[in-house]
Amino acid sequence: MSLQIISIILGSLTLASALMVVLSKHPVRSVIYLVVTFFFITSMYIMMNAQFLAIVNMIVYAGAIMVLFLFVLMLLNLNKEVEPTTTIGAQFAAFIAGGSLFLVLITALKETLILGQSYRHQDNQIGLVKELGNLLFTKYVVAFELTSILFIAAMVGAILLAKREKQIIE
Amino acid sequence: MQAASSIGTSLDFYLFVSFALFTIGAIGAMTRKNMIVLLMCIELMLNAVNLMLVTFSTYYGNGDAQIFVFFTMVVAAAEATVGLSIIIMAYRNLKSIDIDMYNQLKN
Repeated sequence: MSLQIISIILGSLTLASALMVVLSKHPVRSVIYLVVTFFFITSMYIMMNAQFLAIVNMIVYAGAIMVLFLFVLMLLNLNKEVEPTTTIGAQFAAFIAGGSLFLVLITALKETLILGQSYRHQDNQIGLVKELGNLLFTKYVVAFELTSILFIAAMVGAILLAKREKQIIE
Repeated sequence: MQAASSIGTSLDFYLFVSFALFTIGAIGAMTRKNMIVLLMCIELMLNAVNLMLVTFSTYYGNGDAQIFVFFTMVVAAAEATVGLSIIIMAYRNLKSIDIDMYNQLKN
């Protein structure tokens, strides 16, 4: 029963902070609310005993990526007057489109056989570091090595793009 | 696969949260015009999909989906890096982060 209350609170807080990401006018506030959302998503991973992903989500998402967003926001030195807004009609159309997307997803969920079933969390060991490490370094080792190439390409691309055009490295 | 005793361990609760997160991210991507907030909404949608993958991975007792979530995070990190540097480059030339200005990128 207490698990039920905790999960309802966590779910509603997740959705509320995600809504605040979209609704808040200031971009820095959006970043902060996104960090809060990632905290709650991490708590859901912990509830499902996915410990490795919970830690990685905290470090990579809430730590690294969000700090990168904050740095870029500080670097661009935006003030409130330049904050672009869409028209009311476009917002209305977006809410209609998003609402119908949600309706389709929920209707698809209601038609499935998994409705009302629950996972077995007593003997659930797959989210642990040992199991995932076994998988990562045996079955998926090629993909794991390829991600390092992806990271190098992304790093070189980021440096090349963000470099000033006049600044030529001799 | 036992019957649901509590909402905390039920599959449809996590799926509902995941669907709602994805919808919020999609609405944000459609309504906001700030380029950085747009990237953040994309991150929100990626996280919704990650949550759903972890839910199904836990339900079926199969770790492959969690590895996939790990790779999704890696790709999201690379995507955020390149996207933000493109934003910096475009802001230097256009002095704006309005996505409507970004159609000038093709020139």
